[in-house]
Amino acid sequence: MYEFILPNAWLIAFLPFLAAALIFLFVHRWPGISAGLSIFAIMAAFILSLPVALAVFGEEGGAVFEFSTRWLSMPGLNVDMGLLLDPLTAVMLIVVTFIASMVQIYSLGYMKGDPGFSSYFAYQSLFAASMLGLVVANNFGQMFVFWELVGICSYFLIGFWFGRDSAKNAAIKAFVTNRVGDFGFLLGILFLQIIFGTLNFAGLSQEIAGYTNMAILIPVSILLFFGPMGKSAQFPLHVWLPDAMEGPTPVSALIHAATMVAAGVYLVARAFFIFASVPQAMTFIAAIGGITAIFAASIAITQNDIKRILAYSTLSQLGYMMMAMGVGAMTAGMFHLMTHAFFKSLLFLGAGSVIVAMHEEQDIWKMGNLYKKMPVTTWTFIIGALALCGIPPLSGFWSKDEILLAAYASGNMGLYILGAFVAFLTAFYMFRLIFVAFFGSNSYGEKKAHENSAVMTVPLIILAIAAVFAGFVNSPLMHHAFGHFINSPAGIQPEPSTAIMISSTLIALAGIILAWLIYQKKIISHEVLREKYSGIYQLLKNKYYVDEIYARLGDVLVFGAARAMFWFDIHVVNGMVNGIAFLTGKSGDSLKYTEDGQVQSYAMYMMAGVLILVVLALIAVESALL
Amino acid sequence: MYEIPVLTITLIVPLLGAMIIMCLPAGQHKGIKWTAAFATLISLLLSIFIFLTYDRALGGMQFVETIPWIRDLGVNYALGVDGISIPLLLLTNLIGFSSIYASWNLRERVREFFALLLILIAGVMGTFITTDLFIFFLFYEVVVIPIYLMVIMFGSTKRVSKEYAGMKLTIYLLIGSAFLLTALIALFVQARAISGIASMDMAFLATLNYGVEFQILVYAFMAFGFGTLLSMFPFHAWSPDGYAGAPTAVSMIHAGVLKKIGGYGLIRIALTILPAGAAVVAPIIAVLALGNIIYAAYICLSQKDLKYIVGYSSVSHMGYVLVGIAALNLISINGAVIMMFAHGVMAALFFAMIGNLYEKSHTRNIEDFGGLAHQMPKLTAGFMIAGLASLGLPGMVNFIGEFTIFVGAFGTYRVITILAISGIVFTALYVLRALGRMLFGPRNEKWDHLQDLKGVEMVPLLVLGLAIFIGGFLPFTLMDLINNGVGEMLAQIGPLQIGGWW
Repeated sequence: MYEFILPNAWLIAFLPFLAAALIFLFVHRWPGISAGLSIFAIMAAFILSLPVALAVFGEEGGAVFEFSTRWLSMPGLNVDMGLLLDPLTAVMLIVVTFIASMVQIYSLGYMKGDPGFSSYFAYQSLFAASMLGLVVANNFGQMFVFWELVGICSYFLIGFWFGRDSAKNAAIKAFVTNRVGDFGFLLGILFLQIIFGTLNFAGLSQEIAGYTNMAILIPVSILLFFGPMGKSAQFPLHVWLPDAMEGPTPVSALIHAATMVAAGVYLVARAFFIFASVPQAMTFIAAIGGITAIFAASIAITQNDIKRILAYSTLSQLGYMMMAMGVGAMTAGMFHLMTHAFFKSLLFLGAGSVIVAMHEEQDIWKMGNLYKKMPVTTWTFIIGALALCGIPPLSGFWSKDEILLAAYASGNMGLYILGAFVAFLTAFYMFRLIFVAFFGSNSYGEKKAHENSAVMTVPLIILAIAAVFAGFVNSPLMHHAFGHFINSPAGIQPEPSTAIMISSTLIALAGIILAWLIYQKKIISHEVLREKYSGIYQLLKNKYYVDEIYARLGDVLVFGAARAMFWFDIHVVNGMVNGIAFLTGKSGDSLKYTEDGQVQSYAMYMMAGVLILVVLALIAVESALL
Repeated sequence: MYEIPVLTITLIVPLLGAMIIMCLPAGQHKGIKWTAAFATLISLLLSIFIFLTYDRALGGMQFVETIPWIRDLGVNYALGVDGISIPLLLLTNLIGFSSIYASWNLRERVREFFALLLILIAGVMGTFITTDLFIFFLFYEVVVIPIYLMVIMFGSTKRVSKEYAGMKLTIYLLIGSAFLLTALIALFVQARAISGIASMDMAFLATLNYGVEFQILVYAFMAFGFGTLLSMFPFHAWSPDGYAGAPTAVSMIHAGVLKKIGGYGLIRIALTILPAGAAVVAPIIAVLALGNIIYAAYICLSQKDLKYIVGYSSVSHMGYVLVGIAALNLISINGAVIMMFAHGVMAALFFAMIGNLYEKSHTRNIEDFGGLAHQMPKLTAGFMIAGLASLGLPGMVNFIGEFTIFVGAFGTYRVITILAISGIVFTALYVLRALGRMLFGPRNEKWDHLQDLKGVEMVPLLVLGLAIFIGGFLPFTLMDLINNGVGEMLAQIGPLQIGGWW
């Protein structure tokens, strides 16, 4: 069976693509058929991924299969479309197809009655195809192709409700910000092509092993990292992700939480052989990851929009993953990517369920006591939150613990403390959300809300189960099976430490208790806190003013310069041309008076001409003699 | 054995069509339009036939036809195509065919318009399929006349008058061609002095050894002439004004293919015949190309008129072609050729959509619009395909062009290429902003009366869109052919010494 399935694993990406094409071209008019086609394709992709995973994990340490087909080739440049099936790919295939299936089923309920229902599923399928193409890529060229394609799907889905100006602007912001990152990424790829003559991962891995010119490798690896900074929304290219919440909530769950934004982390893992050979790049990655983690978590505690809180949480968790990569813990980073995909998509879908029930209300202060009306949503949301906070034995506990452990083992105490503090903030902002929206003293939610239909709640339950159990695959209980397959010779695998497990659990509990004291028991008044620390509060509330700074810079450097250059083009470049035309016309006007029909004047011009020629000839002869 | 002169038929069908149209009664709009459509369809099918049956294993010039014409000057009516010219021949006919449908709603002076349009298409086609320098120049001059007449007769007046636009367009073309003519004469005379043979055959001229100074001088003249045609900075000023004034079909053909004669000439004529000159002058072209890429992209950000946006954007994209040509290696020139094809279909699609919208709304100012996707989803799809192609999205043939150029150029110029790549950010910004302003956002009731694309209006979108996607998803269909042609050309001129950290 494997002989057939493995070389044809491209079908995993192709089926959703086919679904998208068929919907766009033919069945657009029938929403039911469109959705059915899309869901059928992604479920088929999931089913096809299973034997691939079995084949890969069936072998000790993981088997690797590679297939390629010629795509763009000429002497000196080869970009293949390939299939690299190894443990890393297999994990991503399962995670992406599984969550995409859940999200698409859930969308049947969430998007019901939307005029763009068919297009929505077409874009969902197109996204799934692009993401799966990215995951199976065996070279940087193919990676870049699908990298950009997931970007454009994200653009379309963020701007899905195109009638809203805010959605339109958010979509543009997302794409352009990613382009800034991709500019560096593309440069990095070009350097690799020029220096090593190949873009294939296996080929590059061999070449790099013997390459020692750090003066080249440092800039190249940092340029490559620009791509992940854009896609995984790392500081300072993070600005697009919170705005991306303008898209439908299932989109936020799948693309802007679980899969696409994790592509940056996946890329770092995939190209770990490059990054790990450059300590400076690793430090850079760890620093960017750490900054993003704390930066975003601190913003999250002041936000009131349920989706924005989750968006900043995603940023923060992506920073966490990057930090893990940066300290060399590739296994921990990928592990957290996987568990995060489950619990964060669960949280977003839960938020979506709340938003539908509240008729598009997203402000947590206008909810309250939802638990009375929405038991399934509430309890699955709490499970997701507990997993995110790292409460044992839920999935997030195991992965977060590994990251903190790796930070600790790397000897960089600063990063460990930062990570622990982020864990505290995470528990605090998540339970602030829960106590305010799902419990608490407000009763807007209780009056308005109702539980959603099974098509929405069943995916929540399934994802909740995954969020509980997914962590066991790399726990000591299963002998770190995950790390057994997903690892890098260059990576670190520190010994588990009970002290770190206990301390990180306590830190998370502290965050939850503080949130409980402030928002449930109201022993500490949050209004008073806000007054007392209004400077900090305003800074965080306004997201450190980064958007404002970028807007100001853009106005001057981009749009101001654009106007200046247009002025230059009209008045100088064009003016030059018009000036020449004007002079030609004028000189013609004056010269026409020389044609006066008088033989005497013609004779005179002739004489003058002869004289000039004689003088020129004399000068020429003189200079020749000299 | 008697062979069917496929190239001559391809070339002559539009001219025959023009003659038939002139014989039809002026009021016979239907008949005129269908004649034009039929003539361009035959040419399109024949060029697809040529594209498919060209023997790639054999390579070289194929479908060759030679008829002696002016013996004293060694001028032959000589046709032939290879891997460099076939994509451009195909492009001409894809756009020519689409441009007929983009002009379908024309009501006034229909007969003159379509006759001139067909002559224009034949003229452009001729430059790409001849192997004789004299004939090349002849066709090049032929296209100027219909362009001028069509702009001043059928153009539109917005920021500048159509008369100004037509004049500017024509004069720039003529100045370019004056330099070109000088270069051609010099080349002819020098070649005859060296070899004793009077010939205008491009392949023959390329076999001779000219002095380096001579090559530099003549190449520089050609670079100016062809560069002006390709809207090389700072000689680009004709392009935005010209497109803005021109009627839709002319904008499509001009931006889509006519411009590419400049790039084609730089490769086929200037580089092939004068490689040593190219090696010296190319870095200057590369630097000027940055003016195209970055400066013009910036200007796009400040534009409100759709045609100006696409006009400046076309100037910007030609910068990539110039960088590719100036980097003088196989990969970069492969990239330049496919980029010419890519930009051609994309620009033509853009202008077709703009023309359609303008016809219905009588405005091209993006700020007058907003939310058009509500009323015109198909037109929106057309704009989005063109726009995304323009910003070099993978899956579109334009990405293949840009990526290949970048890889190739990076081998020759480091700093220049890095700066050139920064263009992808600005392009994304101006394309998405302009389209967003126009197509998305709240519904604007003012435009509720606009009809979406329907019937034959869909033809440009389908034909050009299909070309964009096929080239993007299956790049080897085009690239193998191009690589064939460029590879042979470079093998012939031998290695070139150029490059440095910049």
